[in-house]
Amino acid sequence: MARVLLFGRLADQAGWRERSVEAGTLTALRDALAAADPDLAEALGGPGVQVAIDKAIVRGEATLAAATEVAFLPPMSGG
Amino acid sequence: MTAFPSVSLTHQAFEPGALLTTFCAGRDETGAVASFVGLARAEHGQAKALELEAYPGFTDAAIAEFAEQAKVRFGLHDYRIVHRVGRIAPGEAIVFVATAAGHRRAAFEACDFLMDWLKSRAPFWKKEHGPDGDRWIEPTAQDRTDAERWD
Repeated sequence: MARVLLFGRLADQAGWRERSVEAGTLTALRDALAAADPDLAEALGGPGVQVAIDKAIVRGEATLAAATEVAFLPPMSGG
Repeated sequence: MTAFPSVSLTHQAFEPGALLTTFCAGRDETGAVASFVGLARAEHGQAKALELEAYPGFTDAAIAEFAEQAKVRFGLHDYRIVHRVGRIAPGEAIVFVATAAGHRRAAFEACDFLMDWLKSRAPFWKKEHGPDGDRWIEPTAQDRTDAERWD
């Protein structure tokens, strides 16, 4: 089970900020989210959205161990 | 030296003067402390409140990593950064930055440098609550230009 976190406009769009999803890879996670909410999945793959796994930015595919935290980060605004 | 962490995020309103007093205390070799306080603007009624979202453990780590680079770059003795998160009313302090150095130039420049980065590149998500609803805010062109001065 990966723990998925959404921030900023992505959380507003989804209507949730945190959810557990059964997935062994980042691609499988995106597919699972797309099955539930295609518009959200498109936004998660949109320009400027970064992915952090256990609080480190990753690019491309990644394997998700149990209890991995996956955060989708829209463009940052600064403070 | 202070017993406080160098970087903190807080949901609570803070008193900048108290932070500065604490930061200045007990220094024998620091000749200069510069500080900056950012306040939430009302934008003439357009902003009822500002909401800042952070990713705890990620946002503070990113700020600390950048600030440590600034410490080396400007030869700082010390720094302190406090950033509000959550809902912030006009007039309340959003950010406090203090820098300590041997001499004033380094303290001023490091404070300016840290603020330019915090305003444009720090991992926050900012929403303005206005009379016509809410909107997410991205860095302004000026914020980006300010940050690029140091690249």
